[in-house]
Amino acid sequence: MKVNIYVTLKPGVLDPQGKAIHHALEGLGFAGVEDVRAGRFIELEVADGVSDADLDAMCAKLLANTVIENYRIQRA
Amino acid sequence: MKTAVIVFPGSNCDRDMAVALETVTGHAPAMVWHRDSELPGGIDFIALPGGFSYGDYLRSGAMAARSPILGAVSEAAARGVPVLGVCNGFQVLTEAGLLPGALMRNAGLNFVCRTVPLTVENSQSLFTAGYRAGEAIDIPVAHHDGNYFADAETLDRLEGEGRVAFRYAAPVNGSARDIAGVLNDAGNVLGMMPHPERAIDRAHGGTDGLRLFEAALGVLA
Repeated sequence: MKVNIYVTLKPGVLDPQGKAIHHALEGLGFAGVEDVRAGRFIELEVADGVSDADLDAMCAKLLANTVIENYRIQRA
Repeated sequence: MKTAVIVFPGSNCDRDMAVALETVTGHAPAMVWHRDSELPGGIDFIALPGGFSYGDYLRSGAMAARSPILGAVSEAAARGVPVLGVCNGFQVLTEAGLLPGALMRNAGLNFVCRTVPLTVENSQSLFTAGYRAGEAIDIPVAHHDGNYFADAETLDRLEGEGRVAFRYAAPVNGSARDIAGVLNDAGNVLGMMPHPERAIDRAHGGTDGLRLFEAALGVLA
């Protein structure tokens, strides 16, 4: 089974990469972009028995750094 | 005095660190591979060197912080063994939870590689006892992810407890409150982005890093 993990910076944590992407979009002439924040998307292929608690532990222990990042788990 | 340098795949300052430790102690350190789960017996000082462990995959220091040897390093730190993490070593210590906060991409997005002025904020720690409080020293930095972040409450606590060891004298990478190095609550773990091991020989442009090793390794008179 496929599981999608979305790792995003917590609100309030500055995102210099997002800012650079924002500038680049403006440089390409795209108007109306008000803010950009970059995150990480991780796809897992897991066996049926893997529980939600297991997935949560994977995120908390490795996939996200909870000092600066939030994560969201979505079973596809 | 027995010292150890932890070597990860992608470490690239491990030999510089070894030279610094041998210069000060007179003995070559044990070079300990990340897959080992135990340190050699009787280690008095552990260094986590700079570099790009595991290619900075996932996040800088994230994979190294979960490697087998970190269990032994954490255990030694809990027993009071001094642990110094420089650059990628600092990133590993924050990822491993041995130091608070996180090191994010530099605010200017550039890799910063130059000698920078630092202010010694705490001259009472076992690593910084060779400096005077408020002393200005010059130490090289070379990093892309040195932008120190912690929430305001954590920053206030670090400042209040004298756990900010070094501060950049001028902004370098966007670090919160210009923090360049922090101590754990017991004072035996120091993480810092600047490279003291690159400042121990006059021929390399300066020796301001030498006193850190001399103090931590107990060879100051």
